[in-house]
Amino acid sequence: MNKYRAPGMSMRKVTLFVWMIFINAFLVVFALPALNAALVMILIDRMLDAHFFTPASGGSALLWQNYFWLFGHPEVYILVLPAFGVISEVIPVFSKKVIYGYGFLAVSTVAIAFLSYGVWIHHMFATGLSFVILDVFAATSMLIAVPTGIKIFNWIATMWGGSIRFTTAMLFATAFLIQFTVGGLSGVTFAAVPIDWQLTDSYFVVAHIHYVLLGGTLFGMFAGTYYWFPKVTGRLLSEKIGRLHFWLMVIGFNGTFFGMHLLGALGMPRRAYTFISRPSFDHLQLISSLFAFLLAASILVFVWNVVVSLRKGAVAGDNPWGGWTLEWAASSPPMVENFDRVPPIRGRRPLWDLAHSAPGRRTTGTGEVET
Amino acid sequence: MNGRVKQGMILFVLSEANFFLLLVCAYIFYHQSGGQGPTAASALDVFKTSLFSVALFSSSFTVWRAGACSRESKRGPMRFWLLATILLGALFLIGQGTEYAHLIEENVTISRNLFGTTFFTLTGFHGLHVFIGLVLLTILLGLAVAGNEHEPRPTAMEGVSIYWHFVDAVWVVIFLVVYLWKYV
Repeated sequence: MNKYRAPGMSMRKVTLFVWMIFINAFLVVFALPALNAALVMILIDRMLDAHFFTPASGGSALLWQNYFWLFGHPEVYILVLPAFGVISEVIPVFSKKVIYGYGFLAVSTVAIAFLSYGVWIHHMFATGLSFVILDVFAATSMLIAVPTGIKIFNWIATMWGGSIRFTTAMLFATAFLIQFTVGGLSGVTFAAVPIDWQLTDSYFVVAHIHYVLLGGTLFGMFAGTYYWFPKVTGRLLSEKIGRLHFWLMVIGFNGTFFGMHLLGALGMPRRAYTFISRPSFDHLQLISSLFAFLLAASILVFVWNVVVSLRKGAVAGDNPWGGWTLEWAASSPPMVENFDRVPPIRGRRPLWDLAHSAPGRRTTGTGEVET
Repeated sequence: MNGRVKQGMILFVLSEANFFLLLVCAYIFYHQSGGQGPTAASALDVFKTSLFSVALFSSSFTVWRAGACSRESKRGPMRFWLLATILLGALFLIGQGTEYAHLIEENVTISRNLFGTTFFTLTGFHGLHVFIGLVLLTILLGLAVAGNEHEPRPTAMEGVSIYWHFVDAVWVVIFLVVYLWKYV
């Protein structure tokens, strides 16, 4: 992003997907060394009888937790930022509207990146740390919900009043918005220390992580797959099977994990070696297990869709969705030397500008036409 | 080509800096954890270490000269400064080797106590980085000696040089924290 931008592509015109991946790269560069350090320390402990994490000889198991989560919390953002990027591409195209709050979306991601290094203790609220530390990290953890909330509102505002086409990609993007919000809300409740003490290591946490990781990241990835599959392979994924995939997945996913909120609140611990049978747990567990099969079936439907569409899918053409970012100017699938000619880049939607600019008219940075 | 090597190396070095920062934090965290056995104050020979530290510190100067000669296409001096850097780096590693041998003779090992654990982990990883730097520098020197068509580009020199300065800077921190702390 620093060195390979097309002529005219200033930092403020780069698509949000690229922005997200760019910021993600910084998270990777700075977060993974913490895991690296923690892993070599535990390796040295195990292999060379060292004492980093062995309390018996003065070491500290808490140090492991600190180092692991210093990596671990940025890591969850590493997992979700690419999905944020996909959503920021899919929603505008299928709403036929310019992304709302481009600058805010980019900058709030930078804010998330910085804050993500300052919230790791919220994974350790139950380890007996001092109240000052708990309060500080409760505050930062709540703070990080703000830029994330800004994003959600920007995406909703993009859809607001747009002429929305619910293709499979858009369906996944919409479900992402709703499910990620549920996951975000359960997440921000943990920032309140007493609630965390009550719910930590329970199924409530399991529900939370699956809502952000599956309901968020995985749905975002599927939105991206349906959106860019024609660009990658030259053939469209079947919309009909796609819809079946989507609805099975939404029902299977929510059926599996929504009940876990209740299970956790009722006191069901996570990481139990067996099902704990209590009258209040049994039904919810059974429901959860049954819906999990539906969720698995939806993935099979997706695989079926890929296989069928690769062989007999409709031929995509260069730009099946009316997208306006540069990749849709290349052939599908792109050839070696993918652009014989790069369209002039004067705005954030170069292909839109190209299609709508008559001679003598000039387009502004956001794609609106100026006369 | 312009600046890409440099950008990549700077990001790599920042990532590595984070890694060393955490190892240094672990060392400081356990610095006064009590326990029995040797400590930095009782086990380390600051005078000897400062001698081979000076070798490493001065190699930052020689590698800078090598880079400058490379940009000005002065081949002979460049080879000289590269060789000097390698020799100084090797001197540091030999110094560290004798230090380790002495400590192990005194039964100060990585499994003895927390000082041993944190000391050998931190300085060991630094030594490994010095060794990797020496390999890179030797490759550059080998290319320079091999002849004109293999002459390392100034950008390659710059990348290795950034890495070498970083290794040097890490040792400044380690030397302060591990060796000089007892004088505070």
